[in-house]
Amino acid sequence: MKEAPVQHGPHSLFQQRIAQTGRLHLQRCDGCAMFFFPPRVLCPHCGSLEHAWVPASGNGTVYATTTVRSSDASVPDWNVAIVELDEGPRMMSGVRERQPGDTAIGDRVRAEVVNGGDGTAVVRFVQGGA
Amino acid sequence: MELPSLRGSVCVTGVGTAGFGVAGDLNSLDLAALAARRALDDAGLRPQDVDGLFTACAYHFLPALSLSDYLGIRLRVADGTMIGGSSFVGYILSAMLALATRQCDVALIAYGSNQRSGKKPALTESSPYESPHKPRNPITPFALAASRHMHEFGTKREQLAAVAVSARSWAALNPDAFMREPLTVADVLASKMVSDPLTVRDCCLVTDGAGALVLTRGDERERAGRHAPVHVLGAGLDLAHRHIAGMEDLTRTGAQRSGRRAYDMARVGPGDIDVVELYDAFTISTLLFLEDLGFCSKGESGPFVADGHIAAGGRLPVNTNGGGLSCCHPGMYGIFTLIEAVTQLRGSAGDRQVPGAELALCHGNGGALLSQATVVLGTSSTL
Repeated sequence: MKEAPVQHGPHSLFQQRIAQTGRLHLQRCDGCAMFFFPPRVLCPHCGSLEHAWVPASGNGTVYATTTVRSSDASVPDWNVAIVELDEGPRMMSGVRERQPGDTAIGDRVRAEVVNGGDGTAVVRFVQGGA
Repeated sequence: MELPSLRGSVCVTGVGTAGFGVAGDLNSLDLAALAARRALDDAGLRPQDVDGLFTACAYHFLPALSLSDYLGIRLRVADGTMIGGSSFVGYILSAMLALATRQCDVALIAYGSNQRSGKKPALTESSPYESPHKPRNPITPFALAASRHMHEFGTKREQLAAVAVSARSWAALNPDAFMREPLTVADVLASKMVSDPLTVRDCCLVTDGAGALVLTRGDERERAGRHAPVHVLGAGLDLAHRHIAGMEDLTRTGAQRSGRRAYDMARVGPGDIDVVELYDAFTISTLLFLEDLGFCSKGESGPFVADGHIAAGGRLPVNTNGGGLSCCHPGMYGIFTLIEAVTQLRGSAGDRQVPGAELALCHGNGGALLSQATVVLGTSSTL
């Protein structure tokens, strides 16, 4: 039986890139030049199959934010936000806070890549995007 | 054949519910079958008359087959499309098409869930782009939408609470509602915060329950029922995204589009509607849908609700059974918007009856504002 070459899907390509570089990466469509996220095999704006993986600026603005209240006294409350990246796409993430509730809509934030705890790399944000 | 030509072509001739609140040891199929049998009794039909079934469930991989097998019926057409809690309002559209094209003669829309008592996990998948951030689903996405509405329009925490208070005022008039004791804005604000700005009283109930509707063409079957038929005047869908971060504008839902489609087909507008039944999974849902379906201008629903306009006795009757916030919410609530609207249009809603109701709007939401389905129902006088 002939061994097929391993074809990496967009999810594992994203994981590899952010884990290896420590930087958020995005797909940019060769057809319409739009950035898109989450990773896909085709552009959700024009359907093109051709795209490039590019390092993102990492800068974004908080579009919506909430504090999830912990039901476990030993676990502090945490932030969940939707961040609008400067390149256009939005992503659900969390903003690292000094105090729960520190994050406001319109805050400039910067991406960092952290260990998700199960071997996966996760994109989170800190205050102070450029 | 174009959709607008089907205005009024099918009618609801039977409705039924079962297991509201706590259903004990009955499972989701037991409950759906009981509601279906009651709806068929109401329509003057037998299970064996059903040849089209429209159903979905979070616990069954092949829901239409599970329920048809249970009922002992053989189908010519089925729709198990799963777009969340809006599915059942959306089934009005597919049932109408199946009846009009004579794929079936008797369409049954049914749903049951023992979510409260059964505590079974739903058949769902998590997103690797959401789950690491630990949103408390389904509350967090609606909290994010609320944060945006407050930011853009100055909507206040107390105004969200007024939605829950209004729903409770209707529930107090409904003997079948799960929570009927008085509720104040202060009570809502003082209850446990879950995902800011939403407290537990901004969130729908977790109950058991089942509902079913029988639809037929305007023919002899329509006259078999116990009640005057309620006609389907318009229906519209909008499917937009899968995850909340993909939503173009968190303050503008697909209800703008589904509503326009339903109004256009029904040839009516929001000013004509007598009774409004909205899928209120969270208090922010009601605010968004009041605006997107044209009952308020964008951004003005907060003051509108705080002024008492949607409460019992207000000028716009909304969620007259108490809604998902106070009546029942067995996993997916959409079908109950239809059942309450039919009850109102029949004039059989008892203490909560809206006098002279002739036109009702039902709106179903799916997931985190992902899919929207709108239906306009009317009495024979509106044909």
